[in-house]
Amino acid sequence: MVQNADVFGADVVIFDLEDSVHAGEKDNARHLLQDFFNNNPTPPKKIAVRINAPDSPFYDADLGSIVSDKIDYIVLPKASIQTTQKLGSDLFQLEQNKQIEKRIDIIPIIELACSLINAHKIAATSRVKALLFGAEDYCSDLEIKRTLSGEALVYPRSLIATTCKAYGLIAIDTPFTDVMDDEGLDQDCQNGVMLGMSAKAAIHPRQIAIINDKFSPGQDQIAWSLKVIKAEKEASKKGLGVFSLDGKMIDKPIIERAMKTLNRAKEYQMLGDFDEE
Amino acid sequence: MKNSLGRSVPSNRRAYVSSNDFRLRDRKLIEEKPTSKKVVFSDNLEKTFIELDIKPGMTLSFHHHLRSGDGVMNLIAKLIKEADIQNINIAPSSIFPEYEIGDLIQNGNIIDIHTNYLNGPISDIIGSGSLKGKLFMHTHGGRARAIESGEIKIDVAFLACPAVDKEGNGSGAFGPNACGTLGYAISDLKYAKKVVLITDTIVDELPKWQFDHRYVDIVVKVPSLGDAKGIVSGTTRITRDPIGLKIARDTAQLVHELGIIKNGFSMQTGAGGTSLAVADAIKKIMIANDIKGSFASGGITSYFVEMLKEGLFKRLYDVQCFDLDAVRSYRENDDHIAISASMYGNPYEIEAIVNKLDLVILGAAEVDLDFNVNVTTDSFGKIIGGSGGHADTAHGAKLTIITSTLAKARIPLIKEQVRTITTPGEDVDIIVTERGIAINPKRDDLIKKLEKTKLPIFTIKELMDLQHRISGIPKELPVGKNPVGYVVYRDGSIIDTIYSSR
Amino acid sequence: MKVGIAGSLESNDVLVTVRPSESLIIDIHSIVDLLFHDQIEKVVRDTLKEKNIDKLEVTIEDKGALDYTIRARLLTALRRMGDEK
Repeated sequence: MVQNADVFGADVVIFDLEDSVHAGEKDNARHLLQDFFNNNPTPPKKIAVRINAPDSPFYDADLGSIVSDKIDYIVLPKASIQTTQKLGSDLFQLEQNKQIEKRIDIIPIIELACSLINAHKIAATSRVKALLFGAEDYCSDLEIKRTLSGEALVYPRSLIATTCKAYGLIAIDTPFTDVMDDEGLDQDCQNGVMLGMSAKAAIHPRQIAIINDKFSPGQDQIAWSLKVIKAEKEASKKGLGVFSLDGKMIDKPIIERAMKTLNRAKEYQMLGDFDEE
Repeated sequence: MKNSLGRSVPSNRRAYVSSNDFRLRDRKLIEEKPTSKKVVFSDNLEKTFIELDIKPGMTLSFHHHLRSGDGVMNLIAKLIKEADIQNINIAPSSIFPEYEIGDLIQNGNIIDIHTNYLNGPISDIIGSGSLKGKLFMHTHGGRARAIESGEIKIDVAFLACPAVDKEGNGSGAFGPNACGTLGYAISDLKYAKKVVLITDTIVDELPKWQFDHRYVDIVVKVPSLGDAKGIVSGTTRITRDPIGLKIARDTAQLVHELGIIKNGFSMQTGAGGTSLAVADAIKKIMIANDIKGSFASGGITSYFVEMLKEGLFKRLYDVQCFDLDAVRSYRENDDHIAISASMYGNPYEIEAIVNKLDLVILGAAEVDLDFNVNVTTDSFGKIIGGSGGHADTAHGAKLTIITSTLAKARIPLIKEQVRTITTPGEDVDIIVTERGIAINPKRDDLIKKLEKTKLPIFTIKELMDLQHRISGIPKELPVGKNPVGYVVYRDGSIIDTIYSSR
Repeated sequence: MKVGIAGSLESNDVLVTVRPSESLIIDIHSIVDLLFHDQIEKVVRDTLKEKNIDKLEVTIEDKGALDYTIRARLLTALRRMGDEK
């Protein structure tokens, strides 16, 4: 039940009103979420709600009931430029009407061919903070097969990751649907990380530990980055712009990369084992 | 009269003082039963039963190694009923729902019951006050001590034995209804006035045995001991519940940070889904760090059999087989060693296995602010189990960890005071729940070691308050007025009273 | 006969059934009855008061649901009873 949503250490918990809720139970689900958000003594770090798309009969009721200062994001299924913009203006209206100080952001799901080719326009829409890649519907749309090795997804992942980087958004990788297959999940995470995805959706709590592990900088990587920064400080004192460390030439791009790694490590609270500078 | 934990105890019994109090008294041993001249073989249980001439006031004992598949208890219960023998005491090492002794209780054939575990319809019958005498709930080690000291005087021990040879030696490893080790029956074997083995399989020779024929008086052959498949009662699989898995991961992480997982370490877990998940999580850490343990002990499941095969532990010390893989392993693997309940957890057995444990992972129905643990009754006073090896291992192990969800189906784990104390708080070190970990303030060595941890550490009061914020504050439940039995601590003192559930 | 039903008998959930009535009848069956009966009744009464309802037959079959779940299921059941033709 929802009461355990915060227990597993996810950065954002997505509560679903769309496909996992039967049409006859949408009202029940809305009431539950509304009361849960208002009365839960242990909320997750961040709350997102996947609503039904604007062309469904449930959209208005969904927004009407769950928009409040308790939620952080709306996840928009089958997002297009029009629906993302419509959601943005509807949110603005509701925030005004309900006098909500908070600005609720949008995470569009890119799961159709037409959304993918318009990814940069969707990314540019106001309130969009991340793009979530939905591989199952995408493969269905293209009538292709999703494999463990991931070749079919190289293009969409790469496009989404690059678009997000360009617009300062978070690229959220698609869920891995075989909940019991840890090795498969590991591989799928690697496929995403390799192409620049910076986060991943889990569909079962047991996936969270592996995802966190694969999407965080490794211990070796952190140790190396600390070494680089330390050496850079010393080199800087000597007035050197470029220097050598462990036989490698260290110049600006590598130093910047090291800083990025350390910033991420700091954000994920991974620096505890090391001396913070 | 109140004991040191503030619980009422009868004035004619010794009150619990502390878990180390047993050291102040010497071990008491009655004479082992005289060695039998020659074992008598019978194939007529009814006839043998009559010849045993069981009288009112006698105590009959049984073991529960066939668990839910046991047929022997019911055979004897039927005979007692037919002969309508009154006022006998029984001492089965556990009572499973399948044991048909309800009528015997309600009709007054049975007075006192001594057991280590009780669950099912019999618990309701006793809980409603139908037992003529009292229920005494012992620990596995404590029952052995009680028998060897004469506190429980067994007149006839009816010991189900899967295979017996023509000399009268008995083993649980062979036969169509092999159940594995027979550890709980060893004290009965040595100290009962009369020992009757009940078997369905007599062979010429046994490769190995646990029951020495010199203690055996009679061997009775019956068509079937029961159903070996019934041994696998209850779950012995790793939980799939994400909450249980989270608790398991945090526990393994905790244990790793405390430096427990190192070469030569020893551990025991319960056989429940979460306990096995902890074992699995620890296994992963062992493999990742190339660590080999010395032994694992307890009730043994296929899970630990696998670990033995994979070389992660050198030996298994087995007091009870929980599934057929364990039975097979005991039969075939010399490193899978059977131990008696006494060698397992008798406080007077200096070399007892529980004293050699580095780590034990246990469950709880309730825990209180003093870290006392209840595994005997649920929050409503119904008897749902009993110590088994809980209090024994908690005392002996260097580190005792309790794992449990904080509020399953709104039933709270942490109380100001547990309804029934099974294991005293002085022997409980850490509680791990899905929302946080509490360390017994007595263990400031552990608190210090975990100063820099990222694991969520709270005081037990903070965890209880969190539990209340989430589930609401439960109403105080009235405790029943009439004692139906007692929780006997492993040293024979009374640690708590069990009241009728209404 | 108008009736509104919401929820389920799964662990941590509650099945709420509401029917029109001449008076306020609250019937609670819960696996944690001894611990939380009063608390459950309070949630039901407070919710009905909020909605200005003082005539209703409410049947609660609870499997350990928390307050917000009971409230939410009750609100849904009310709405469904109201929607029935």
